[in-house]
Amino acid sequence: MTGRAAMRTTKPPPEARAAANRRAAAHPVAWWGWALLLATAAGGTGNPWVLLLIVAVAGLVVTWCRGDEPWSGAYRVFLYIGLGAVAVRMAFYIVFGGADGPTVLLTLPSVTLPDWAAGFRLGGNVTAEGTLAAAYDGLRLATLLVCIGAANALASPRRLLRSVPAALYEVSVAVVVALSVAPQLVESVGRVRRARALRGNTSRSPANLMRTVVSPVLHDALERSLALAAAMASRGYGRAADVPAPARRATNAFLLTGLVGLCAGAYALLGAATPAPLAWTVVACGAAAAVFGITFASKRVPHTRYRPDRFGPRDWAVVAAGAAAVAGTVLSGVFEPSALWPATNPLSVPDLPLWAAAGVVIAAAPALLAPSSRGGTP
Amino acid sequence: MTGIVFDRVAFAYEGTPVLDDVSFDLPEGEFCLLVGPTGAGKSTLLKSVNGLVPHFTGGTMRGRIAVAGREVRGSTPADLADVVGYVGQDPLAGFVTDEVERELAYTAEQLGVDPAAMRKRVSEIVDLLGLADVRDRDLAALSSGQRQRVAIGAALVAGPAALVLDEPTSALDPTAADEVLSALHRLVHDLGVTVLLAEHRLERVAQYADSALLLHGGTVTAGPVGEVLAASPIAPPVVELGRLAGWPGPPVTIREARRHAAGLREALAGRRPEPPPAHGAAVTAPGRRKRATADAEPPLLDARDVHVRYPGGVRAVNGVDLVAARCERIALMGRNGSGKSSLLWALQGTGKRSSGQVAIGGADPAARKPAERRQLAGLVPAEPADLLYAETVADECEGADDDGRAPRGTCAKILADLVEGVDGSAHPRDLSEGQRLALALAVTLTAAPPLLLLDEPTRGLDYPAKAALAARLGRLAEAGHCVVVSTHDVEFCAEFATRVVVLSDGEVVADGPARQIVAASPMFAPQVEKVLPGWLTVGEVAAALNGNGTGDDPDD
Repeated sequence: MTGRAAMRTTKPPPEARAAANRRAAAHPVAWWGWALLLATAAGGTGNPWVLLLIVAVAGLVVTWCRGDEPWSGAYRVFLYIGLGAVAVRMAFYIVFGGADGPTVLLTLPSVTLPDWAAGFRLGGNVTAEGTLAAAYDGLRLATLLVCIGAANALASPRRLLRSVPAALYEVSVAVVVALSVAPQLVESVGRVRRARALRGNTSRSPANLMRTVVSPVLHDALERSLALAAAMASRGYGRAADVPAPARRATNAFLLTGLVGLCAGAYALLGAATPAPLAWTVVACGAAAAVFGITFASKRVPHTRYRPDRFGPRDWAVVAAGAAAVAGTVLSGVFEPSALWPATNPLSVPDLPLWAAAGVVIAAAPALLAPSSRGGTP
Repeated sequence: MTGIVFDRVAFAYEGTPVLDDVSFDLPEGEFCLLVGPTGAGKSTLLKSVNGLVPHFTGGTMRGRIAVAGREVRGSTPADLADVVGYVGQDPLAGFVTDEVERELAYTAEQLGVDPAAMRKRVSEIVDLLGLADVRDRDLAALSSGQRQRVAIGAALVAGPAALVLDEPTSALDPTAADEVLSALHRLVHDLGVTVLLAEHRLERVAQYADSALLLHGGTVTAGPVGEVLAASPIAPPVVELGRLAGWPGPPVTIREARRHAAGLREALAGRRPEPPPAHGAAVTAPGRRKRATADAEPPLLDARDVHVRYPGGVRAVNGVDLVAARCERIALMGRNGSGKSSLLWALQGTGKRSSGQVAIGGADPAARKPAERRQLAGLVPAEPADLLYAETVADECEGADDDGRAPRGTCAKILADLVEGVDGSAHPRDLSEGQRLALALAVTLTAAPPLLLLDEPTRGLDYPAKAALAARLGRLAEAGHCVVVSTHDVEFCAEFATRVVVLSDGEVVADGPARQIVAASPMFAPQVEKVLPGWLTVGEVAAALNGNGTGDDPDD
């Protein structure tokens, strides 16, 4: 152990800390479910108060529940991306126009577009009503992004992949390996570029870049993947296990049928030509076949899992908290639809839809249900 | 039950024989060291134990290999995962997951070990390898010694009968290497695993091994470590010393050698090592800094209060002062992660420098364009292949001439001076490690920088290649370059350096003549110094015994 490593873990005994972490972290599927439900709620409203409340709730839960992992900073990154989305939406409105109103804030020099581009303008009047509508719209998009960021911060995609059914194990390993390639490529590009500077090569011609950056990086990546393949093979990946060939073929067939059924159902559902009941039947059959195939296949997979994440009552509670937000928006949609989609023309301060707000507040419950060992440190 | 059996194994790759009639029989629980020059086929032999050769490389193989009674030929590496654990040189390249515990459990997951049994095994391995503090950490956050121990643990979780390691400590500093090797030594005793290990830095591993295999010219010689090393072209300094003094055995550990050393100490009494080749007596004199400022000629390198900080609050280099003159041979030593590489890159100007001043011949390299920068300071990175892009050595040399706007043939001539017999039509990646390093060095020297920096140049080099490199760098220093090498290879440092700068956590903790600094630290002392205090290399002792030793102390 190096001195530095020892220092970092002095305060709580490491064993206890590890155990605490394991107990504290909710199931990754629960976190993704919660975040996606919150995102669904955000998608169902244009009310800025509700949207800001959702961002605040997501921020609170992330601050209280995230772990110490490197991806825990994802929330902040997505917050910036969200702000960027609002800015882009506003800029688009100012340049290309959209909803209009009587209150003109400023007039930009405008360009008359040909007839085929009717409905668009370039420049012209920028109105307060239109700006506000664009801001609400941007905020909705930003909130969706922030919810995804929260999911990333609370449970890394890698942890999520670990929870896929055993039948999809090989696929999940492939995805994990692919995920680790990206940072390696970035590192490799950095190294090669620095080495290029050592040779005094600053040429920017594509041919030169191809030869001195792209080709060494690809060479590196190839060598690395061969090394990884050899390492995985020597550690038993892709073992010919004692599963009889007919059983293996049967499971593969079930899996494939199920997935094809799902795809066909989704296509039927989205396409207008198929009547809805038929489409839903196809989806249901496909899903059933896939679930059966995956369960059947999972029983025959020769691999086992180390410390699989278990889905307990608390994880259900986390998902339920997310569902409360959706339920709130649905109820508001029934009882107070005008508050859910506030009008910007005429200009007014939007009302707070109480049902939706209450639902979102309930969605903050995971902050108390599953606080991380780090407590409230940002 | 037996450990590892090779019976008349031959392997040829594209018609070139690599192994030729290799036969040996390792008993169960033996810790065996595989010795041989670079390119002798050590990796091929190791990889054939679990079938990676020929499954992943191609080539034709004959003969019989068996591990713990299981036939290797006809099985894939994956099928053999429960009998053979394989650990490569770079643990990061072989990690499949991103957390310590998951990585440890990976093989067991593949083998379908029952979850309860798996948890128990992982816990046992964590304790055996002393990984309890880091078991829930990310692999990326570990030190290199810890990573290598995780790799060993990951190979052991399935309870294999044999463990094969290809240069497990060559990227590690002496302390981390010791952690890894002592953990390995304990495993052999506790679990009865048969260990076959190849390593260039024999001075680190020879003391742990029960027996040795010498692979030379495609055939192996097996026997006790001392006997095998005595006959080997590749031997650690303590064995060379034993050979020189005619000690029986010869001894492979420092303790054994000390028992025999009394006679040699007497013979050397009153003699002192010959000072390094005269190229300015000032180099060996202490108080160089005073001399440099007092001299009419300003120092070549003048770095003051250099800081390098990375995002996340990492202070890689923390206020380093370094003044160096032409003709100096400086070894920058320190543990992995002590800031050696960051300092070299900051001195060269291409790497990040957060604050402080660097002047090379009065000019700040970071303020110059890359093409001018490399005329002030040349850096050979830890991965010398990064400097090489061309398809052939000849093209590479021409490219280097163009990059440096040097007359045609400059680089080729430098390369010919550095090392003989490099085939101009060979691909740079096909060269041996030593040749590739020489090519990268030649490319760097084409710009004729007065300051030459090398980052960990000795990885993958055997003793003769390291001696050749030390001689080569010594000649460059005599020709007026200032050579700074970052290394944790104590034997190379003893051969090469006249001045040692020790870094720890980004700060200079010691700076002075090599002989003093190295003697004061058990971690950095070469083997000869441990047996014969005051002497650093076998060459010095041999010269003194031949009557060339001087009577006066150069440090006075």
